[in-house]
Amino acid sequence: MEWVGEYAGMKVAVCVKQIPDPATPGRLDPTTNTLVRDGKLILDDSDAYGVEMGLQLVDAAGGGEVVLVSMAPHRETGGLRTALAMGADRAVLVSDDALAGSDALGTAKVLAAAIRPLGADLVLAATESTDGYTGTTPVQLAELLGLPSVTFAKRVELEGGGLRVRRQTEAGYDEVTCPLPALVTVTAGVVEPRYPSFKGIMGAKNKPVDVHTVADLGLDPAAAGWSGARQVIVDVAPSEQRRAGEVVEDQGDAHQAIIRFLEQIKVL
Amino acid sequence: MAVGRIWVVTESSGGVASPAGLELLAAARRLAPVVEAVHWGGDAAEVAAVLGGHGATRILTVGDLEGALPAVPVAAALAARIEASGPPDAVFLTASYDQRDLAGRLSARLDRPVLTNAVGVTEGADGLLAEHAAFGGSTVVRARITAPPPHLFVFRPRTFAAEAAGGPPADVEVLAVPDTGAAGAATIVHRHVAERAGPALDEASVVVAGGRGLGDPSRFGLIEQLARRLGGAPAGTRAVVDAGWVPYSYQVGQTGTTVKPTVYLACGISGATQHLVGMKGARHIVAINKDRDAPIFGVADLGVVGDVTKVLPRLLEALDARDDRGGTQ
Ligand SMILES: Cc1cc2nc3c(=O)[nH]c(=O)nc-3n(C[C@H](O)[C@H](O)[C@H](O)COP(=O)(O)OP(=O)(O)OC[C@H]3O[C@@H](n4cnc5c(N)ncnc54)[C@H](O)[C@@H]3O)c2cc1C
Ligand SMILES: Nc1ncnc2c1ncn2[C@@H]1O[C@H](COP(=O)(O)O)[C@@H](O)[C@H]1O
Repeated sequence: MEWVGEYAGMKVAVCVKQIPDPATPGRLDPTTNTLVRDGKLILDDSDAYGVEMGLQLVDAAGGGEVVLVSMAPHRETGGLRTALAMGADRAVLVSDDALAGSDALGTAKVLAAAIRPLGADLVLAATESTDGYTGTTPVQLAELLGLPSVTFAKRVELEGGGLRVRRQTEAGYDEVTCPLPALVTVTAGVVEPRYPSFKGIMGAKNKPVDVHTVADLGLDPAAAGWSGARQVIVDVAPSEQRRAGEVVEDQGDAHQAIIRFLEQIKVL
Repeated sequence: MAVGRIWVVTESSGGVASPAGLELLAAARRLAPVVEAVHWGGDAAEVAAVLGGHGATRILTVGDLEGALPAVPVAAALAARIEASGPPDAVFLTASYDQRDLAGRLSARLDRPVLTNAVGVTEGADGLLAEHAAFGGSTVVRARITAPPPHLFVFRPRTFAAEAAGGPPADVEVLAVPDTGAAGAATIVHRHVAERAGPALDEASVVVAGGRGLGDPSRFGLIEQLARRLGGAPAGTRAVVDAGWVPYSYQVGQTGTTVKPTVYLACGISGATQHLVGMKGARHIVAINKDRDAPIFGVADLGVVGDVTKVLPRLLEALDARDDRGGTQ
């Protein structure tokens, strides 16, 4: 990391997941029991916060670079282009058929191999993805990279060559300090993601996207994908459904029905 | 493949064990003859009786972490313990802020997969099967780990009911924390505790939740009042949290808190699947919504088709009148 002035030259790697549009309902593949991921992928909304945070921190540092890192099938770049249009400088994409079926740890190994050569000062990710929502990938990644991590960030600031992070807790929040390099996961609302401008969208088309395979990254193919996940889905069944009960139309007296119900169940 | 030993990660503060750990102890006890609690903080001796009473024979404690975020030192200490004395068959964790981090750290450190968001566990012929809710809870997916032990499972809070087993106080074993280098460098410099009157959201037996149907942030006061009146906790949907009406700690659902109260009152809430997964476990559900076709009515025991901004004030008034008459509690 080259410090010019206090922060200039900060390099931020932002993990961005490209996912099927959550507005279209998913389905399970009947033979593999995994989520079907065909069709176009888009930028996971949750990761727009990391992209914005990265852009703002590089600004605050007086310069540097925001590099996107994504693992996705079929050399998909739809979501990356959105983030590049927001202002990220370039992207590293890992795409390989051998990666189909990767679990969170497998994904973290791939992301670690892609991020290690970047020499990033900070790695950003979302607290959890919209489609997988394991919320473990970023911390697994931090452990593989030997970095400290602060998750559930509500606010991130540069302070004295390191970070000061406001971290969500059950009781409120903690103020956490952390030296760089580090990994931080951000919650929705940490910053307000900008909309790509027309100029941004046009410019994004020419920004570099380096595509890597498993072999390029020097990863063992057996450690990735289905075999690397070392977990199997045993069965899939409909769950017990709650049944709808009584529905009453309010004629100015519905509060009485609620009181009677609360009395019946001994809450009143 | 019988399960012999399970480690259950517990959290405590000032000598009070958090309910989530007690819930997992109840589940682990049904599956394994030996259950041990993982613990950090300076109060292991104080929680030995309650953890023992809920079935832990031993507490593996990392002791006071003095401001370090727990995941890194605890994972390092557990990995060292496993190296020295062998792994348990499984480690049960709760999806809390710190334990999700711990699951990630342990997984990467031990090179073991982790099954997250589990909402149940059973014993199969080839080991433990974790249950997961898919498609907004309409489907149950059961999964098994094929890697060598320990098998790591992260459960949603409120998955099991805590139940005392009447065991003697647990033995306390102090684990040494190996040097964690740079990875362990994040430090808590200040803890901010938000003020909250009444019961914690995830422990309340009555939850009164408001959604965008309230129309205006000031009307959230109706939710707060009703919650107070019923001795419950106020809550909200992600829509009202994102709109800044209430803090994130109020959010119920997939990306918020899971609640299992005796009764859940959903006021002006549509019933999106991501909301439903966080509250469908309530014993009873009452919903008020002006749209007869709102999905929330599909899970409500009592549905009121009406305007929340009219029904709630009348309900509060009637409850007051009932008190004045000396209504029963
Ligand atoms: C990845 C992901 C995670 C998510 N996680 C969560 C989560 O954890 N928790 C969560 O809650 N949501 C979550 N959501 C959002 C979720 O999909 C819904 O958008 C949200 O729950 C809707 O909140 P709402 O019911 O308050 O608002 P709306 O869906 O807008 O519903 C408002 C309801 O109020 C009714 N209404 C309007 N006016 C009145 C009136 N005067 N009187 C009575 N009724 C009225 C309307 O008929 C409507 O049904 C998530 C979404 C995604 C994509
Ligand atoms: N395939 C991926 N490519 C890039 N980043 C990812 C990928 N999977 C997970 N992440 C990052 O890790 C976060 C948490 O993901 P998850 O563990 O799936 O909840 C995501 O929001 C991303 O920031």
